[in-house]
Amino acid sequence: MSFEINGKTYETDEEGYLADLADWNPEIAGHMAKEDDCDLSENHWEVINFLREYYDQYQIAPAVRVLTKAIGKKLGKDKGNSKYLYELFPYGPAKQACKYAGLPKPTGCV
Amino acid sequence: MAGMKKPEFDVPELREIPVIPPIVIDAMAHSKPFVAKAEHQKPLGFPGELVDDWHDRAISKMDELLGKYRSLQVFMDACVKCGACTDKCHYYLGTADPKNMPVARQDLMRSVYRRYFTFAGKHFPALVGATDLTEEVVEDWYRYYHQCSECRRCSVYCPYGIDTAEITMAGREILASIGVGQKYANEIIAKVYKIGNNLGLPGPALADTLESLEEEVEEDTGVAVKYPLDQEGADILLVTPSADFFAEPHVDGLIGYGKVFHQAGTSWTLSSHASEAANFGIFIGNYENMKQVAMRVREAAQSLGVKRIVVGECGHAWRVAYSFWNSLIGPFDFLDESFPIPQHICEFTYGLLQRGALRINKEENDDKVVTFHDSCNVSRGSRMGDKPGGQFTVPREIIKAACNNFVDMAPETTLEHTFCCGGGGGLLTDDLVELRVKGALPRMEALKQVVDEYGVTHMAAICAICKSQFTKVLPYYGLGMDMIVSVHQLLGDALELGTEE
Repeated sequence: MSFEINGKTYETDEEGYLADLADWNPEIAGHMAKEDDCDLSENHWEVINFLREYYDQYQIAPAVRVLTKAIGKKLGKDKGNSKYLYELFPYGPAKQACKYAGLPKPTGCV
Repeated sequence: MAGMKKPEFDVPELREIPVIPPIVIDAMAHSKPFVAKAEHQKPLGFPGELVDDWHDRAISKMDELLGKYRSLQVFMDACVKCGACTDKCHYYLGTADPKNMPVARQDLMRSVYRRYFTFAGKHFPALVGATDLTEEVVEDWYRYYHQCSECRRCSVYCPYGIDTAEITMAGREILASIGVGQKYANEIIAKVYKIGNNLGLPGPALADTLESLEEEVEEDTGVAVKYPLDQEGADILLVTPSADFFAEPHVDGLIGYGKVFHQAGTSWTLSSHASEAANFGIFIGNYENMKQVAMRVREAAQSLGVKRIVVGECGHAWRVAYSFWNSLIGPFDFLDESFPIPQHICEFTYGLLQRGALRINKEENDDKVVTFHDSCNVSRGSRMGDKPGGQFTVPREIIKAACNNFVDMAPETTLEHTFCCGGGGGLLTDDLVELRVKGALPRMEALKQVVDEYGVTHMAAICAICKSQFTKVLPYYGLGMDMIVSVHQLLGDALELGTEE
């Protein structure tokens, strides 16, 4: 599968996750969010950017508690929990946010 | 491109009195998981794509399996079509597709078996319901052997004890051997070989995650509970599903195990080499892969020099460990044989509770009314403790030790009669979400009943798949995703840490 932005084609897997992490740019996240009827706010971007930084260091998305702790530090303690992350990413923070960030889908019993 | 909007299908209604649905032919004929790509197949020893001589190779694989697993031969021959299994499958009850009746699912293989391996079927196929292995048949196998979670509920009711799960496993193994594997399961097994766990969580990320947990627990409790990794010379190696590191509510179970080890004063460690208890080799029915996945546990136990192996909350991992490890990766003569080998974390905790070694403040859980979901592989494929039925009583005793309010769901849905969560057996993937939601119906109805009648607020489980599946499907039925909790979360929350003054 693939999609197109400004005349450039991007390859994805069957579920729309970007095939090549290196292809990613912010426009891609915006495009994917629009497909899901989701407007990306600054807080969405905090999550997406953290995911990308973490992935860059560890080659895996952060565990949920690592993510909530980091977001709590950035956006305030009341937002450092998965309930808030589900408000931002109703299809599940791990999967939906990873997708927008260009990361592969987490696999396993999750 | 594919968005993440909810797929279009009708979510079944929860009924007060569940009835067996009238059949709807081909109701789920559209349901099939993504096919594995070459990169997921080859590391497992399977061909990368459908082979040209698939027909002959499938039949010869079937021949091999019939010889290797005498049980399969018996199951092919023994069925008398009594119908006892027809209404026992959660996928049939939730989808009404007649091919999800266990007997019909088995007959997809049995009819081919008759054609190629019995005298009557070779010479008079039409008389005995024997069919050629055609492309259509292979497609049906792929669809319906991925609509069985290998939960073995139907086997409990079969007067001949036919284990439908084994037939599903054989079906999947034949499919994978001709190049048609399932992406979800095979990608995961390939990840275990490459990185060490289902998630693909590398050692440094695991270390960072555990450090972060230690900080969190100390912040919450004021006690420095440790979550050690790769500690040589520790007494116990804990092998747990990698979801315990990654997801909620799993991680709260892991926090609980750590608290129990802390209070017991036992030295323990996790391993970055064996950072996965799950073993999807069993789901795809392939012995060699099951063995290769399990071998990492033996290697880690030996290189760390531990005396005992304890298994965390994971349903099929416990079945593999309890029932198959000894022949897969034994003998365990290098471990301390005065303890059970392997031991379930619930057995470990229960032993401490019986000795009065844990101080519990049950009031910590007074905001909850708890029920317990028996996971299929624990219930029907293993045991705990030293008495028959220990796999049912041990986890319940732990919950009751930690909570004042416990009620069981209806007896036809618990213990060995338990209904699958709907996502077991390698089906916990988004491409099967319709099947997962519909297959959860019987469990959801039993849960709703105790919610309405007894005010149940939480359902505890000891399986990573169950926990993730319920988190996903509970909201489809109007129930909260955070109803599902780990057994060791309940215990951990009520456990008083530190030494007595």
